[in-house]
Amino acid sequence: MSAPAAAPVPTPTVQPIIAAIGIGKSFPGIRALDGVDFSVLPGEVHALVGENGAGKSTLMQILAGVYRPDEGEILIDGQPVVFDNRRDAEAAGVSIVFQELSLVLQLSVAENIFAGRQPVGRFGLIDVKRMNREATSALAPFRLAVDPRDQVGLLSLASQQIVEIAKALSVRARVLILDEPTSSLTTTETERLMATIRSLRDRGLGIIYISHHLREVFEISDRITVLRDGRYRGTWRTDGVTEQEIVAEMVGRAFQAVSGPYMPRAFGTESALQVEGLSRAGQFADISFTLHEGEILGLAGLVGAGRSELAQALFGLTQPDAGTMAVEGHRVRFRSPRDAVAAGMGYLTEDRKQAGLFLAMSLAWNVAAPNLKRFSAGGFMRDAEAREVTETYMRQLRIRARSVEQKVIGLSGGNQQKVLLAMWLATSPRILIVDEPTRGVDVGAKAEIHNVLLDLANQGVAIVLISSELPEVMHLSDAILVMHRGRVVARFAGGEVDEDEILAYAAGVGGAPIAGAASHEDMA
Amino acid sequence: MTDLTVPQSTTARRGPLWLVLRKLLEVRELTTLLFLILVSVFIALRSPYFLTPDNLKAIVLGMSTTGIMAVGMTVLLVAGGFDLSVGSVLALGGALAGWLIVAGLPIPLAVLIGILVGPAIGLANGLLVTKVGINPLITTLGMMSIVRGAVLLIGGGFGISNLPQEFNNLGQTVILGFQSPIWVMVVLAIVGDVLLRRSRPLRQAYYVGGNERSARLSGIPVDRVKIWAFILTSTVAALAGVLTAARFGSASVTAGTGVELSVIAAVVIGGASLAGGEGTVLGAILGVLLLQVIQSALTLLDVPLYWQPISIGGVLILAVGLDAISRRVRHLDGRA
Repeated sequence: MSAPAAAPVPTPTVQPIIAAIGIGKSFPGIRALDGVDFSVLPGEVHALVGENGAGKSTLMQILAGVYRPDEGEILIDGQPVVFDNRRDAEAAGVSIVFQELSLVLQLSVAENIFAGRQPVGRFGLIDVKRMNREATSALAPFRLAVDPRDQVGLLSLASQQIVEIAKALSVRARVLILDEPTSSLTTTETERLMATIRSLRDRGLGIIYISHHLREVFEISDRITVLRDGRYRGTWRTDGVTEQEIVAEMVGRAFQAVSGPYMPRAFGTESALQVEGLSRAGQFADISFTLHEGEILGLAGLVGAGRSELAQALFGLTQPDAGTMAVEGHRVRFRSPRDAVAAGMGYLTEDRKQAGLFLAMSLAWNVAAPNLKRFSAGGFMRDAEAREVTETYMRQLRIRARSVEQKVIGLSGGNQQKVLLAMWLATSPRILIVDEPTRGVDVGAKAEIHNVLLDLANQGVAIVLISSELPEVMHLSDAILVMHRGRVVARFAGGEVDEDEILAYAAGVGGAPIAGAASHEDMA
Repeated sequence: MTDLTVPQSTTARRGPLWLVLRKLLEVRELTTLLFLILVSVFIALRSPYFLTPDNLKAIVLGMSTTGIMAVGMTVLLVAGGFDLSVGSVLALGGALAGWLIVAGLPIPLAVLIGILVGPAIGLANGLLVTKVGINPLITTLGMMSIVRGAVLLIGGGFGISNLPQEFNNLGQTVILGFQSPIWVMVVLAIVGDVLLRRSRPLRQAYYVGGNERSARLSGIPVDRVKIWAFILTSTVAALAGVLTAARFGSASVTAGTGVELSVIAAVVIGGASLAGGEGTVLGAILGVLLLQVIQSALTLLDVPLYWQPISIGGVLILAVGLDAISRRVRHLDGRA
């Protein structure tokens, strides 16, 4: 256990807009929150951090009226209140933007903002003109160039995020809860959102900001509260504490930086995967590289640069139009992922819920999915063996679940990601493609996943790493390819490049340094 | 590393009885079985005839056609598909076999062709769904109509009657007191249940139905699994058709009309989900039995015939509704 970080700040003297005192909440099998204090002052951004399963979302759902606490009380302007549902909380000025956007993509911006409470005119019909007018004024503070009549599904994710915030604010919110607002945004989009948050703060709103990105937290917040295992660890002024101290509080042990510098590693000379001139119309063009045994090849680039599309073609999910692939020196053409799996490849998709896991099934069944041959004999499944192997991975990867029989849907994001990792580790792959392996994963799990990848590489597994987090790419990769608009625009050896340079190439302004990422046009 | 211990389960604190009860409720077949027992006790108290061997035999024989088809339909629902054309395929299997026999073909060959029409139609359904991409509802709705038309073309308006006794023996032979279709159902149900639970090929159906995209990325041949499930479903439907024709000594052109709905209803009552990824053959057979028992009860209790469809629909909605509620409770429980 590490020494505590700088002493937590004393209770503020300004009256908080909302304060939660001694909150406790249990679900069957889980003590989700225990004695948690939390408050938000007018005109501050208060960040809430903690590992997956630390209780952040539960606490926010209590503040937003979704759950009722078992113990403790909530004060609004110093007066105790009880929220029976979200509407009560909204009436008290507490509005939440959930991690998963709750917009109806087929409807217009205005219809989304006023969902369920559209202004009505004569005969009880929706007064469209008035609704659009009010939507325009609701969006005005965000300087967002969209028409209220635009269909939400056609907007970029950042714009959708802002529509969602406008919707949350349109109920005259005084406290705005943002749960992982940047998890699907590009750098530029994140910048724009940050500016929006600052202007809201300056207007006197209290903002609760939940994020796994400590860098963002330190950039935007005034105070930081840490939860660990459902318990309150303390609240600090952001300018009085360091990133390391916060991480130590979150994980409960002294902690090296998650993505340290690149540590040179020896890797093999045998080619594991060789790609020549691989192209697929509209997605990527003329991709060539050689990946050696035990080497980690990082693919850097912005969202929409074609990295995931390339990965899908490598794994046989789509067919390239041109170019060749060779696995361990043998020419291959995968007509389906089945062929790729048979050739010793594994693929951890970025879309773990929709395309990676079987959420309604148990851990053991998930791990068995790509390993049906391994866990069967004479055409019959050996479920006991699958359970044993899954238990081994549960211990090794420290997957937090009640048992291997628990359904994956009940696990936190980081633990789900570890299950996905276990699925593919069990296939004993010789080549592993990992796409955003630590997205939506907390720092503790992130470091563990990094270590697993490094271990695999040291055992000779060749790894293609796709990540939007440059520190991660730079920390792990023995070689880095930067992609821009479907093409490789730069190649570096591990450790010979810095973040700014990669970012410049990724943004298509190769070589020349760029200020922030403001010049980048979103290509998605 | 000790700070990440898994919290104690509160269910454990509620004592072993609660735990056992919960485990039992999670086994869906037991819910169906419980339901079946309750209904049976109720009927037995009202009608002394219900529990007689003759009536029980009649119930089992009555469920055999639906039961045979339910084995295939379960696999298909588990794989995330479903098939409305089974009723028409049943009629075609019988009509084709009968027509060929009347035309002078040797009986074994006619029977074989009658059964083989099943896999042919199943293959067509499977290819249309997977390769062309038409959804199963539309594909099999269209196939239902096409196949029924083919039956009418072969059988004319009246079907094919006066089939030879040699053929009829297939559906009328009594072995150990039970008529042959019952034995076919029992064997298929046992084999089907074991294979669906334990065998590797059929395990794939759960993954395909559970999450098609994840299954594909896991290297499971999604299209092939679905096509085979359609083939299996149609094959047992055609087999049921041949047996039905033999049992009655004639192939009716209206045989199996509407049976697709009772088959799907029974499979769903037995625990399968239209969303795929769940279900067992044992559960489906219990579902078929439950529907048959209710039908028998309505007859014994002199309830007008028209109440049958109403009661089948009611039981379907009740069973699936109860399951949806218990699922919601369990889902809340599974939350971390």
